[in-house]
Amino acid sequence: MEDEQSFSDICGGRLALQRRFYSPSCLEFCLSCPRITLRSLTAVTCTVWLAAYGLFTLCENTMILSAAIFITLLGLLGYLHFVKIDHETLLIIDSLGIQMTSSYASGKESTTFIEMGQVNDVVINEAIYMQKVIYYLCILLKDPVEPHGISQVVPLFQSAKPRLDCLIEVYRSCQDILAHQKATSTSP
Amino acid sequence: MGLVSRGAAEAGRGAASAVDRPGPPDAVPNPTPTPPAEGADPGSSRSPGMVLKAFFPTCCASADSGLLVGRWVPEQSSAVVLAVVHFPFIPIQVKELLAQVQQASQVGVTVLGTWCHRRQEPEESLGHFLEGLGAIFSHRPWFQLCRERGSKSWSCKATHWQGPASPAASGEDQVMLIFYDQRKVLLSQLHPPTALPDRQAGDTTASAGGLAAVFDTVARSEALFQSDRFDEGPVRLSHWQSEGMEASILVELAKWAAGPVCLFLACLLSLISAASACRVFKLWPLSFIWSKLSTCEQLRHRLEQLTLIFSTRKAESPAQLMRKDLIGQLADALIPVADRVAEELQHLLQWLMGAPAGLKMNRALDQVLGRFFLYHIHLWISYIHLMSPFIERILWHVGLSACLGLTVALSILSDIIALLTFHIYCFYVYGARLYCLKIHGLSSLWRLFRGKKWNVLRQRVDSCSYDLDQLFIGTLLFTILVFLLPTTALYYLVFTLLRLLVVAVQGLIHLLVDLINSLPLYSLGLRLCRPYRLAAGVKFRVLEHETGRPLRLLMQINPLPYSRVVHTYRLPTCGCHPKHSWGSLCRKLFFGELIYPWRQRGNKQD
Repeated sequence: MEDEQSFSDICGGRLALQRRFYSPSCLEFCLSCPRITLRSLTAVTCTVWLAAYGLFTLCENTMILSAAIFITLLGLLGYLHFVKIDHETLLIIDSLGIQMTSSYASGKESTTFIEMGQVNDVVINEAIYMQKVIYYLCILLKDPVEPHGISQVVPLFQSAKPRLDCLIEVYRSCQDILAHQKATSTSP
Repeated sequence: MGLVSRGAAEAGRGAASAVDRPGPPDAVPNPTPTPPAEGADPGSSRSPGMVLKAFFPTCCASADSGLLVGRWVPEQSSAVVLAVVHFPFIPIQVKELLAQVQQASQVGVTVLGTWCHRRQEPEESLGHFLEGLGAIFSHRPWFQLCRERGSKSWSCKATHWQGPASPAASGEDQVMLIFYDQRKVLLSQLHPPTALPDRQAGDTTASAGGLAAVFDTVARSEALFQSDRFDEGPVRLSHWQSEGMEASILVELAKWAAGPVCLFLACLLSLISAASACRVFKLWPLSFIWSKLSTCEQLRHRLEQLTLIFSTRKAESPAQLMRKDLIGQLADALIPVADRVAEELQHLLQWLMGAPAGLKMNRALDQVLGRFFLYHIHLWISYIHLMSPFIERILWHVGLSACLGLTVALSILSDIIALLTFHIYCFYVYGARLYCLKIHGLSSLWRLFRGKKWNVLRQRVDSCSYDLDQLFIGTLLFTILVFLLPTTALYYLVFTLLRLLVVAVQGLIHLLVDLINSLPLYSLGLRLCRPYRLAAGVKFRVLEHETGRPLRLLMQINPLPYSRVVHTYRLPTCGCHPKHSWGSLCRKLFFGELIYPWRQRGNKQD
C-alpha cells in the first residue's frame, strides 16, 4: 500500500514523501526533491552567453561563441548526470539491512546497502549548516572492536534535506522495525 | 496422516491470519499461531515472528519439481539454495553426493526442502509425498517452496516439526525470498568497505557478515556444479550451468597452446636476463651510465614484469607508427633545436657579461667566467655538429625499443633531454662549486675576523689567537671574496635556475611513467566489461508483492566505483620519493651544495 504526503525542505522548496508498505518487515520511503526550474536554467544560459558575447566583441574570434555553446551543453549534461538528484529512496528490510538509493536527473542510480548486523541505531541529529541549525536523520554503525561503540555516522537524505516533521515520520517507522528486529534477534 | 492434516490446517490458519492482518506499520503482526514447543530441536535458533530468509537462484525458478539442496546458516537464519535435485532419485545416492561435495568443498551442503513447480496447487497425494520426504531428510527448518507454472505467485512455508512420535503441532515461520543470479555471485569478489581483520584461508566457518557468507557459500560450492540434469549420473541437478555449459573453442585452444608458448617465452627472457647480468656490464663506467639512464631502468623494470606475467604489453606501440621519414624528420629537427638552445645560452652569457638587470659586476671576473662558459658552449656545438650524420640511425635503433611500451618511449625522451642539456648540467656544477668554495672561504674568514676557529676534532667553533700577519692576510682575502660575491652568486643563480627547470621537466616525465606503470589496466578493464566481478556490495529491489504471499526481493551486485578499483589494485610503483624535504633543499641551494635528483629505482641504499 502507498501513501503520499507533502513536506518542505530547509530552504522552503516542496518535497513529496511516498511511503510504501510491502510487509510488516519491509518499508520503503521515497523523497522527491524539487525539480530544476525553467527560470534558473534560462538565467544560467543567458549569463554564460552574454559573457561569451562580451568576450567576442573584445576579441573578434568566433571560436568563443561556439565554445560557449559547447560549455553550456556539456555543463548541463554534467549537472544532470552528476549533481542533480531527482529522488532519494530508503528501503528497510527487517533482518537484512537498510538500503539508500539516490537517483540522478539523468537516470543514474547510486546505491548503498548497510547490513543489519552493522546498524547500531537510527537517530535524528542536529548540525550547524552555514548559518542555520538543521536536523538530519542518520544511521549509527557499530564498532567491530567495541560492542557498544559507534564507528561511523551515515547521514540520510543529504540532497533533499527535509525538515523535522518529515524526519519524525521516517524516524518512527524505522524505530518500529529496528525494535522488532532487536526483539527477534536477542531472544533465544 | 493425522499429523499431516493437522499441519495443513495450521498452515491454512497461518496464511489466513496473515491475510486478515496487513496491519498498520507500528503493529507487529505475529502470524505464527502456535508457540514453540518445549525441548525444541537443537541447532535452530528460532523465535516467534522471526523471518527466515531463503536465497534462491534465478536459474532454478523455471526448473521442474524436486528437492532443494544448499546450506543453512543458523546465525543469520538464512538458507542459501544452490541447486534442485529432480525426481526420480534415490535418497541414498543423494546423500552420498552431498557427502562427497561436503568433503571436497568444506561447505555444509544439505537437503533443505522441496520445490514444487506445477500447474495448480499440489494435490493431496503429492503433498503427502513431499511431507514424507521431510521425514527422510531430517533438516530443520524444512522449506516447502511452491510456484504455479506460468504465474508470478509463489508460496513458501518453513516448518519445524518434532517428528512422527509426538503429535504436537509444528510451528511455522515467515519466509522472505531473495533471488540472486548464481553465475554472477559465483564469479564476483566482495570488497568490504571497512578493513576487517584478515581471516585465515582455511577457515571453514561462515565469514563475518551475512551477505559475505552467501557469496562465500556459492563460491566454494564449485564441486556441486560439476554434474547437470542432462548428465547420465544417478542424481540430476539443476543449477546455473543448466542454462548451457560455458565453453568456447577459441578459449580452449588458447589454453591448450598457452603452455608451450609460455615455456618458450620464459626461456627467451631468462636468456636475456642472464646476458644483461653478465660481468661485462658491471664494469665501472658502464654500470654508472646504466644506473643514470632512466631508459635502462625502465627496460629492466619491463623485463621483470615480462618475466612475471606475459600480458603486460601496453596498447600503445609508437614504434609501429614510426616510419622512416618520421625518424628523419625528428633527427632533422633535433639539430636545429640543440643549436637554438646553445645560441640562447650564448645570448644569456653575453647579457651576464654586460650589466645584467642594472647590476654592476666585477669586470675582470665577469669576463673570465663568461669566456670560460662560452668556450664550453663552442665545444658543445662542435660536438653536436660532429654527431649529426649519425643521429638519425641512432634514433631509429633506439626507437625500436619503444615497442615495449609508452613508458619506455617516455623514458627515452627523458634521457634525450638529459643528454641534450648536458652542458647546462656542467655549467651548474662549475657555478655551484665556485660558489660553494667562496661561501666556505667567506665563513672561515669571517670566523677569523672575529677571532674564532673551527675545531675539526671537536666539530665546534673555538676561540683562537691569531698572529698579526695572519689577521692581515685574512682580512684582505675576506674583502676580496666579499666584493667578488655578487658576480659569482649571479652566475650560480642563473645556472641553478636553468638546471632546476630541466630537472622539473624530467621529474614530470618520470611522474607520468610512474603513473602509467602503476595503473591497474586489467582491473579497470574488468570493471568496464564485467562489472559484476568486482562487487562493492549488493542492492535489493522489491518484486511484485501480493498480500498473503511471501515477500520477494531481487539481489543484484553493486559494482565497485572506478576510484576504489584504482586505489585497491594499484600496482607497486618503483619510484622513490625525493630524499630532501623543502627545507633541506633550500639549505643546500643556499650553501652551493650539489643536488642529485636521480631516482635510484630498485636501489636499496639512498
